[in-house]
Amino acid sequence: MKHRALLVVAGLVGAATLAVSLTVAAAGTSRPSGHATPVKSAAIAPPKVPNAAAIKAKYHGQSIQFIGDAAVGASHKRDLKLVARFQKDTGIKVNLVPHPSGSDAAYSQLARAFGSKSSKPDVAMIDVVWPGAFAPYLVNLKPALGKASKQFVQSIIQNDTIGGKLVAIPWFGDFGILYYRTDLLKKYGYSKPPTTWNTLFAMAKKIQDGEQKSNKNFYGLVYQGNSYEGLTCDALEWVASAGGGNFIDNGKVTINNTKAATILDAMRNQVGKLTPRGVTSYDEEGARNVFAAGNAMFMRNWPYAYSANQTTPVKGKFSVTVLPHGAAGHSVGTVGGWQLAVSKFSKHKPAAIEFVRYMTSPAVQKFNAIFNSNVPTIPAVAKIKAVVKTNPYLTPAIANVARVTRPGKYLKTHYNEGSKAIYQGVSQILNGTPAKNVLPSIASKLNSLIK
Amino acid sequence: MSTVATPAAPPRRRRRSRLQRRQTRLGWVLLLPALAVVGFVAIYPLGKTIYYSFTNQEFLAGIEPTKWVGLRNYRELWHDSIFRTAIWTTIKFTLITVGFEFVLGMIIALVVNSNFRGRGAMRAVMLVPWAIPTVVAAQMWKWMFDDVYGVINDAGVRLHLLSHSRAWISEPGTALASVCAVDIWKTTPFVALLLLAGLQVIPRDLYEAASVDGASKLQQFWRITLPLLRPAILVTLIFRTLDALRVFDVFYVFFGNRPDTQTMAIYDQATIVGDGHVGYGSAVSVAIFLIIGLFVVIYVTFMRVTEE
Repeated sequence: MKHRALLVVAGLVGAATLAVSLTVAAAGTSRPSGHATPVKSAAIAPPKVPNAAAIKAKYHGQSIQFIGDAAVGASHKRDLKLVARFQKDTGIKVNLVPHPSGSDAAYSQLARAFGSKSSKPDVAMIDVVWPGAFAPYLVNLKPALGKASKQFVQSIIQNDTIGGKLVAIPWFGDFGILYYRTDLLKKYGYSKPPTTWNTLFAMAKKIQDGEQKSNKNFYGLVYQGNSYEGLTCDALEWVASAGGGNFIDNGKVTINNTKAATILDAMRNQVGKLTPRGVTSYDEEGARNVFAAGNAMFMRNWPYAYSANQTTPVKGKFSVTVLPHGAAGHSVGTVGGWQLAVSKFSKHKPAAIEFVRYMTSPAVQKFNAIFNSNVPTIPAVAKIKAVVKTNPYLTPAIANVARVTRPGKYLKTHYNEGSKAIYQGVSQILNGTPAKNVLPSIASKLNSLIK
Repeated sequence: MSTVATPAAPPRRRRRSRLQRRQTRLGWVLLLPALAVVGFVAIYPLGKTIYYSFTNQEFLAGIEPTKWVGLRNYRELWHDSIFRTAIWTTIKFTLITVGFEFVLGMIIALVVNSNFRGRGAMRAVMLVPWAIPTVVAAQMWKWMFDDVYGVINDAGVRLHLLSHSRAWISEPGTALASVCAVDIWKTTPFVALLLLAGLQVIPRDLYEAASVDGASKLQQFWRITLPLLRPAILVTLIFRTLDALRVFDVFYVFFGNRPDTQTMAIYDQATIVGDGHVGYGSAVSVAIFLIIGLFVVIYVTFMRVTEE
């Protein structure tokens, strides 16, 4: 009997604790998350499908499956609205399936579908680094959408062109930018944000020394230093902006060079000084939380942080600009973002292509930017006044920064493995190993993968 | 004690009767569903994993034809220094956590087994850490360990235990200790619960008799409690060791793919799902299976020896 009483009590406490902890977890995730924090639910409706009558006459009644965005924030809502509009105008039934929110899981879901030659999905959203891996399974969209593709940012089109075939169309983009505190800039007598890494370090040092007198937790610079995909993005920006190449250039591994080593060592030297020691475990939100609490002068992050920071103590006290560059380089931003692709195993390819044509059209990109703060991949859309108003980081001076792409194109199916070699190596550097001891082994790993 | 009457073995060998044969046959028929389930959920996947470990199977099938590569994966695995680090990390983690959990769990079990006011509430409260899902707990601790906001640094600095905030998770020197702390915090209640169950079946009169004979509390612990608790201790240690050897969640939340703090399970997952090397990853899985199997063999032998 004693046992039973114990078990009952334990069960009750267990249930109660589970409820409490789930609430805690829910509270944890209710922080402004990932990519989908609209500044405000702008009253904008999805645009009409152009040429709908002709499409309806040909493909009416067909049914396609679309693997779209995760059910996070307004992204899934955006997809629902667009799909509903497309269905109404064309009579093509679109079965919308959100992908898992983890990029790893989304990748393996598609890998399984393609690997088993499944006729579903017909259309899938794929990360900017996946075209190389999935190219053999994707339809060449050049005949149908080649002309339309000329209006997009050309570096992304190049990224999506594998062996002369255009396997995906850019849907919405992302690129790395520098966030800085306007109030502190003024307080310490600076008129503009830094343009080179050396000036950034000098400014960060002065401001940090001043601010730490009243706030011991204040640091100069935060970024994504954890050992994960985000570090590959950040490191690419450092190396490319210092004139050290893009890890792999024209099919040759270039990561092991002195310019790359110099900038990586410069970053290593600041860990625990101008950047918190814990930066080597920060992801996007980790860095943003420090900046948003007013504890950092500079932050490298994606544009989503702009709207996400509007509800924090730094609201109205920060601005954005392009990332700094080294003595020999120029400013760059790593390309992130998502593409739409059509599966080779689809039974309704023409209908699926029409869907992609609509979803990536300038009108829909404008809708996405205003409805869900998605960065347009068509420069003309990024210039529209209403779009710039909701997404101020789209002013030409920032939005026209040179884009650099991670080497998905060369690593193909080995992309994840190659990126892992890069971020694990850079993580080792940030944790204290000189770059010259690490870069050769990253290079040899990358060489073995692109053979 | 209500033991179901089991037919005692016949004292001497004789021909089995027809009834016995029929019973045996019926026994097998009744066992079939269970065997089928075990075959389907355990034997088949294991066999498939072992088969894959001898091939160059990739996640994205069709790019390179899958072929039999013999022992190549195992030869590579033998020289894989990352996997060796992962084994070492996992074993260190296992020894530290199981050791601490056992000692602390034993103390807690002894305390809540004694008579005091509010014992029921105490027993319930001690289970709180164990009731929180591991990933949630890990996320919570990650915040507590934070170098800028973490409550641990804040308290440490205020109480002058620390001279300055430390990045517990980031610094290689404290990374493993921080992850062990989470596991010890979370799993000690489970160990305490198992040991408590063992303590409760020890008859009270033994202690009374010992007291009458003038045995001290410490003597009672060494001479009565510990020997009678041995079966419960072994079960607890087996459970915890096997659990710790396949640890994944806390490490994943804390370190992601950091190379110096990977466990065997993390390395395996990264190889199969991340890199897409199903063949090589299967070889890693088989190696993990054998390593854990080794621990089971050690424990079971030990158990048999102590039973005799």
